[in-house]
Amino acid sequence: MENVSGSPEKAPEPMQQGSGSKAPLSRQAWLAALIERHGAARQEKFSRGRVAICGLGGLGSRVAELLTRAGVGYLRLIDFDRVEATNLNRQWYFMEQLGRYKAEALAENLRRITPYVELDVHTVRITEDNLARLLADVDVIVEAFDNATCKAMLVNGVREQFPRCPLVAASGMAGFASANAMRVRRLSEHFYLCGDGSSDAGAGDGLYGARVNICSAQEAFVVLQLLAGETANVL
Amino acid sequence: MSNEQLVMEGCEVIINGVQEAAEGKSVLKLLQEKGIDLSNVAVERNGEIVPKRQYDSVILTAEDRLEIVSFVGGG
Repeated sequence: MENVSGSPEKAPEPMQQGSGSKAPLSRQAWLAALIERHGAARQEKFSRGRVAICGLGGLGSRVAELLTRAGVGYLRLIDFDRVEATNLNRQWYFMEQLGRYKAEALAENLRRITPYVELDVHTVRITEDNLARLLADVDVIVEAFDNATCKAMLVNGVREQFPRCPLVAASGMAGFASANAMRVRRLSEHFYLCGDGSSDAGAGDGLYGARVNICSAQEAFVVLQLLAGETANVL
Repeated sequence: MSNEQLVMEGCEVIINGVQEAAEGKSVLKLLQEKGIDLSNVAVERNGEIVPKRQYDSVILTAEDRLEIVSFVGGG
């Protein structure tokens, strides 16, 4: 990749993700824009941040978008599933991506925001057996599954196997009830839970993108607060 | 231990922020009494997860702080 301005300043680092096209902004210009919005001290922490996102549906795809826009340096994207028509009301995919692996389609979308995010793409199902390998070596783990049993499996596994790694989970973002019930709770030192805690996804009272997205934004924001080391601000 | 004894002791377990006379019970018994679906739950005791295989063997003691999370679907 070349610096499009052609200036003699230090060339951006080679892109790791194999995109052959030129980026309209150099790495330095992208970083400067982020610093203008977030401040240098926090941005430095975001840029160094490493986050694993488990599940790339209504929660995970939007968490990934928000963290990419915030300039988080490294995202591990994990989902075995493919994009379906019923996902498009809330998940950050496009019709042309129907049938694609979510992890791969999302990586493509995120690189349109910026090529300067390192993406580690895994099209596998997270289980109790592979969890330790898949989730090692990150600063924060995000639970973003849709199935209640899978959520519990992941939370139990992470809290048991990575008890010191901050975990941000979500429960209760379905239905059409007031969005004001959605909040962030800190259940123990390294375990944060977003959502209203009770609105289950049922037939005919399902998932509305606007409400789910409140929860994904809560998750993403807690991640940024954790990366910044400003946990006192979370609650 | 009878319920009467538990009440008289006065040191209760704090479950999701609310005091309950649950000391002496196993985590498993407490969850079963509450009708909680074991497949969707996570239990933190004094800031640490209780592994599911230990639900039967972990006995609650006075002033334990418990957070029981019953996950619901959606995402």
